[in-house]
Amino acid sequence: MAGPVLEMRSIVKTFPGVKALSDVTLTVAQGEVHAICGENGAGKSTLMKVLSGVHPHGSYEGEILFDSEVCRFKDIRASEQRGIVIIHQELALVPHLSLAENIFLGNEHATRGLINWTETLKHATSVLRRVGLTDHPETRVSDIGVGKQQLVEIAKALSKEVKLLILDEPTAALNDEDSGKLLDLILELKNQGITSIIISHKLNEIRRVADSVTIIRDGRSIETLDVKSAETTEDRIISGMVGRDLDNRFPERTPHEAETGAAPAFEVRDWTVYHPIDQQRKVVDDVSLHVRRGEIVGIAGLMGAGRTELAMSVFGRSYGRYGGGTVLKDGTEIRTKSVAEAVGHGIAYVTEDRKHYGLNLIDTINRNISLTALGKVARRGVVDEHEERRVSEGFRKSMNIKAPTVFEPVGKLSGGNQQKVVLSKWIFAGPDVLILDEPTRGIDVGAKYEIYTVIDQLAAQGKAVVFISSELPELLGMCDRIYTMSAGRLTGEVPRAEATQEVLMRHMTKGDEDEMETGATR
Amino acid sequence: MSTDVTDKSPAAAPPGGAGGGASRDLMQLVLGGLRRNMRQYGMLIALGLIVALFAVWTDGDLLLPRNVSNLVLQNSYILILAIGMMLVIIAGHIDLSVGSITAFVGAFAAVLTVQHSVSWPVALVLCLIVGALAGSLQGFLIAYLGIPSFIVTLAGMLLFRGLTEILLKGQTLGPFPNGLQKIGNGFLPQVGPNTNYHNITLLLGIVLIVFVVAQEVRDRSRQKEFSLDLLPRNLFLLKLVAIAASILVVTMLLASYKGAPIVLLILGALVVGYGYVMRNAIFGRHIYAIGGNLPAAKLSGVKDKKVTFTVFLNMGVLAALAGLVVASRLNAASPKAGLNFELEAIASAFIGGASMSGGVGTVLGAIIGGLVLGVLNNGMNLLSVGTDWQQVIKGLALLAAVGFDVWNKRKSGS
Repeated sequence: MAGPVLEMRSIVKTFPGVKALSDVTLTVAQGEVHAICGENGAGKSTLMKVLSGVHPHGSYEGEILFDSEVCRFKDIRASEQRGIVIIHQELALVPHLSLAENIFLGNEHATRGLINWTETLKHATSVLRRVGLTDHPETRVSDIGVGKQQLVEIAKALSKEVKLLILDEPTAALNDEDSGKLLDLILELKNQGITSIIISHKLNEIRRVADSVTIIRDGRSIETLDVKSAETTEDRIISGMVGRDLDNRFPERTPHEAETGAAPAFEVRDWTVYHPIDQQRKVVDDVSLHVRRGEIVGIAGLMGAGRTELAMSVFGRSYGRYGGGTVLKDGTEIRTKSVAEAVGHGIAYVTEDRKHYGLNLIDTINRNISLTALGKVARRGVVDEHEERRVSEGFRKSMNIKAPTVFEPVGKLSGGNQQKVVLSKWIFAGPDVLILDEPTRGIDVGAKYEIYTVIDQLAAQGKAVVFISSELPELLGMCDRIYTMSAGRLTGEVPRAEATQEVLMRHMTKGDEDEMETGATR
Repeated sequence: MSTDVTDKSPAAAPPGGAGGGASRDLMQLVLGGLRRNMRQYGMLIALGLIVALFAVWTDGDLLLPRNVSNLVLQNSYILILAIGMMLVIIAGHIDLSVGSITAFVGAFAAVLTVQHSVSWPVALVLCLIVGALAGSLQGFLIAYLGIPSFIVTLAGMLLFRGLTEILLKGQTLGPFPNGLQKIGNGFLPQVGPNTNYHNITLLLGIVLIVFVVAQEVRDRSRQKEFSLDLLPRNLFLLKLVAIAASILVVTMLLASYKGAPIVLLILGALVVGYGYVMRNAIFGRHIYAIGGNLPAAKLSGVKDKKVTFTVFLNMGVLAALAGLVVASRLNAASPKAGLNFELEAIASAFIGGASMSGGVGTVLGAIIGGLVLGVLNNGMNLLSVGTDWQQVIKGLALLAAVGFDVWNKRKSGS
């Protein structure tokens, strides 16, 4: 194959307080499809943002060579002019504009500010053909499916004379058929001489389209493998992705002895959820799971596996459209059609996105903690501020929330302390079942340990805990049992004794065609 | 001399260099408190300045007993609307229909009492029910059908204005029976010995002072339990004296004319009641929660739709009350009544510290904002400034108040 079209050498990118990339080197050969693999948070997306100029030159260290020339992109336009186009995970199309308008948005065929529609439509039709779309270019984007929208994104890239196409999780939102079409298109473009970088979690897809794969772990490039070689099995890629030592970052925990006989404290049966917009797509597909009193049960899965969607849907149908399934508590079916009902049955959901779904940032610690269970500090609808303050002061001390008083606005606290406020709020509600969604996302190691300790104590008090996390070491360190999900389905159930990162990753990267096989204990 | 001081207050600083340090601490405490409550204190100070300026420019006419009494009567309905509007804005919505509902209810009252001779207490209750129905209709569309409040209430604004004209056949209808007239124009009755002052008003003023002082003292003792940074004793006393003095001044002014207007009592009850609900009731907390972060409030189990619905229902009732006050004050229902009231109420809320994005504001703030506008109106009328320039100046006042707020927030980096 030809020489490298792209070389990224020793890239280091630091955000305030976090080193996102500590040393990444990436070499992409002319005309190949190059995959990038790594766990959530390994630094894949950051690397692509450095490459495409979203993080401009000067905000990172290291150098980028494209076509053997050193590049110093100051913004995304500069990289596009050189023929590097990135297609983000979230589609960047304007739904109410036509396909043609979207394709040439910011790059219009115009003379003196007036759009030349004939030229626009002609050119649009030709690039749409190249991606296999026969829709009329004046169709509105909102009138076509997500799969086609992804193709429109690629058509948009083609209209910019793309040389290097970067696709960030292009199939995460697509069903099997659309994914297949998209992968075929990537191969077709390769034949036309376009180099692609594809970020993906799905190993079967990588094996299908990629020529080589670079593995990134904890902000470092670990290795680059030749996908076509027989030695590069999926297991080989997985061990590269997770190969990291477990250190003592978790409180000592005696694994919970599964009490047989008694009904589980919390159980979900055959739960199905449809996507809120694309109503044909199952985001959660027939999932059943259970948690016993005092047990911590993990749910592992990669981005788009449907874990959050499952949790939010169970918690008062807060996500998507309900497609069937029941929730049981202590063996009896309960209604969780609204959040109030779910809370009333002693269920708590601690969101993964505390800023948007967890806290009122402009309000005080005090009022955030009391919000879910105001009735507990009120008499006949009137809040006893005295009592409320006593309660929240108690949480400030016991949870070690670092703030001078409980009257501090939550928005001013650090991520770790905000997370402690969210936890306090739900502990105050006095639930029997806690669903914790990425409870340690974006917080530092010290605060993580404190939160693990709290979770451990909750289980020791006999609460049933569901622990959703993208960090496998964390699940291995804390959970009695771990479920895995992939593409909306439950793909495995692994007891603590059998759980390793390799086993979990294997289940988490199962494509849709794989049969469900588990080391199930049920 | 210096020993004398230390004897009186043992906590006071010893004379000399250290004394300067203590007073600097005191300054910091006061400034810190000011900075934390910049919006409220800022507007209170601005209100004080505006009153002082107009008092000087009008050679004291602004503060004549008769004019103070007028000021209350003239602004009462805007203040009533501003309270409801504050709740709507805190919840993250807007209500453009209140001016039209005000007119509609006024017209309804006139049709009932003037044309059909319904007795005034019955008419009053029916009017409030009509307001509640209008509010709950809009609240239903906004909360349960998810139509944006701007659109629903814009439609309501046109609809109720039109219905008012239909009801009145484009004409002014009056006069009202005696009982109804009292709401907007009446004063408390004069009883007891002749003291040159209005006795009940004086009594009410004194009761109010005792109540407020007791409240402050109780708050302070509670704060002590949590050893929060307390205002030093002498400063606290100063604050109490200032509050008592300002209540006393207003009381004396009113008492030396015809006494307290009835509508002032209504307004006072509303301020205390709504202030209490917004601060202490679960319902009030839920309004702040849905305005501050709707998804988070939903996921906390707050019944956001019910809260939104109730907020608009409440606005309808308050608009009806304001409509009765306006009609009663003019002693007639007019198709043009309540014109632009919604804008004045919205401006009051924003001058008083509400935020466009919701979740912020207090009932007291709405009152302060309304008074700023009211005093500007009244003062400029006394100075015979034309309505053209009055609007220009009120517009600038709104811009200045909100602009100051934005600037202040950016400076503190939050």
